[in-house]
Amino acid sequence: MIRIENVSFKHRATPILTDISLDIPKGGVVALIGPNGAGKSTLLSLVARLQPLQTGSISVDGLPVDTTPGRDLAKVLAILRQDTTIASRLRVRELVGFGRFPHGRGRLTDDDNAIVDGAIAQFDLADLSDRFIETLSGGQRQRALVAMAFAQGTDYLLLDEPLNNLDMYYARALMRSLRSVADVNGKTVVIVLHDINQASAHADRIVAMKGGRIVADGTPAEILTSDVLDAVFGFRMRVETIDGTPFALHQF
Amino acid sequence: MTAAVSKPSPWTGLIAGLGLAVLFVLSLAVGVSPLPVNRMLSDPEAMQLLAVSRLPRTLAAVLCGAGLAIAGLIMQTLSRNRFVEPATAGTAQSAELGILLVTLLFPAAALWVKTLFAGSVALVGTSIFLATAHRLPPQQPFLVPLFGIVYGGVIGAVATFAAWQADLLQFLSVWTNGEFSGVLRGRYELLWIAALMVAVAWIVADRLTIMALGRETSIGLGIDYARMMQIGLVIVSVITALAVVVVGMIPFVGLAVPNIVSRLMGDNVRGTLGWVAAGGAGLVLACDIAGRLIRYPYEIPVGTVMGVVGGVVFLWLLFRRGGHG
Ligand SMILES: Nc1ncnc2c1ncn2[C@@H]1O[C@H](COP(=O)(O)OP(=O)(O)O)[C@@H](O)[C@H]1O
Ligand SMILES: [Mg+2]
Repeated sequence: MIRIENVSFKHRATPILTDISLDIPKGGVVALIGPNGAGKSTLLSLVARLQPLQTGSISVDGLPVDTTPGRDLAKVLAILRQDTTIASRLRVRELVGFGRFPHGRGRLTDDDNAIVDGAIAQFDLADLSDRFIETLSGGQRQRALVAMAFAQGTDYLLLDEPLNNLDMYYARALMRSLRSVADVNGKTVVIVLHDINQASAHADRIVAMKGGRIVADGTPAEILTSDVLDAVFGFRMRVETIDGTPFALHQF
Repeated sequence: MTAAVSKPSPWTGLIAGLGLAVLFVLSLAVGVSPLPVNRMLSDPEAMQLLAVSRLPRTLAAVLCGAGLAIAGLIMQTLSRNRFVEPATAGTAQSAELGILLVTLLFPAAALWVKTLFAGSVALVGTSIFLATAHRLPPQQPFLVPLFGIVYGGVIGAVATFAAWQADLLQFLSVWTNGEFSGVLRGRYELLWIAALMVAVAWIVADRLTIMALGRETSIGLGIDYARMMQIGLVIVSVITALAVVVVGMIPFVGLAVPNIVSRLMGDNVRGTLGWVAAGGAGLVLACDIAGRLIRYPYEIPVGTVMGVVGGVVFLWLLFRRGGHG
């Protein structure tokens, strides 16, 4: 379980997060939604100890993120940041292989190689595996980064807008992969999404943030209503239910 | 350039090894008193020359070249910028200032004490450079080397002023312009510590590759980023200080070699470290041999030769890079 208790965060004097408390039990897909600047990325980076905690506490499977050794936490929790840029000339396979670093500290066993091959196959990267990252398109690069996070093999996976740059085909494929690791392997996926319909179709639970606070938290059916979405995003949109899944028509 | 670049074949390694061996033997043979390869091992006088002067000189060139190339590679990893190296980021200038100060204050100190002091000053100087470089906007990669050149220039100017005041200017030029002609048995052995530093770099090679992906990716993969930064800084500072104190600074090795290797093979340090070290050793050996031959029987310091060769290579790298977009 990820347990976030009374977390507040300021940048200089500007409050970014205000008194956030959130429990995310093990297993399942939780979507984090909200307008730009709501604090979603900041919250994920605090959970992944990329920034020091200021007030409150966060633990993952009982391990406090601020005091647990980094290498222990890296076996439990993986994060894909929103704006990862890779300036190094690494081949796709090398990059995905570094996802295994927390386990063998650099030495890839046969098991590690099998996991890396699996991640490469799962994200359709086999044809690209010997290419340098810098020669890939934005979407291909994004898939390589997701594969690296997958290869880390952690029980908890934090993904910050992983659908950026992905076409419809791969966005759907990624969401289905996440669904399946949650259902089959019991993994916990926390994913920041801008497409609330992807959240509705694939997440078990949606947490909505605005202005550094959690403003709504519930199942897709509870969150995808005109009133809640108005409160979160600031305009009314029509919501239609198709085959039991609510979809917001936010284009109009 | 979209095609995959295949891994170097064993043949490439063999040819590179042979090339290095040829340079090594040439370096033993070339000099004012001729030392033909065929009677190197039979003539006792030749043996003496070899053991006292030529072999130490050749080993010093290999150790300095390999060390400085690795120092450049690590510098580029830590700053996440391809255009920095110890000679253009204040490391060498800090080491020069350090050795100058310790020579002024404790002229009788042992060489290793002076080196330690120079290394410590280099560590401080490089830390300040990196702390500043990390604050510069990453969208403007040329700001970092530009800042490094200005920063190194300022420290160098302080060292020059201090040396001028103390009437030690000719000493300073010994440290700022690398030269192997004074290398003799008993006066270069400290350089083996550079080999030790290269070995440390080999141990942490994977961590270095990950560090080049940035602080957040490193932390996400469970690397102690701050500690690795310190280890990297120590390696860079120690190697640079050793070079400055024992033979004088040699510019551009740390810039040219890692960049060329990165172009050809990528940035997986575990795979490229050996090539960078060998390339640095080969380049410095070649420049030292050239410096002995160009105005035979007079010598041109290796630092000067490297300044010309390295400058041309660097410009070529810049323009090639521009061509790739
Ligand atoms: N380094 C920073 N300096 C100042 N403000 C920041 C910094 N990083 C984030 N912020 C601010 O924090 C708020 C939340 O940002 P973020 O967590 O990235 O939001 P989201 O991911 O929900 O779009 C924004 O208002 C942003 O401007
Ligand atoms: Mg964000």
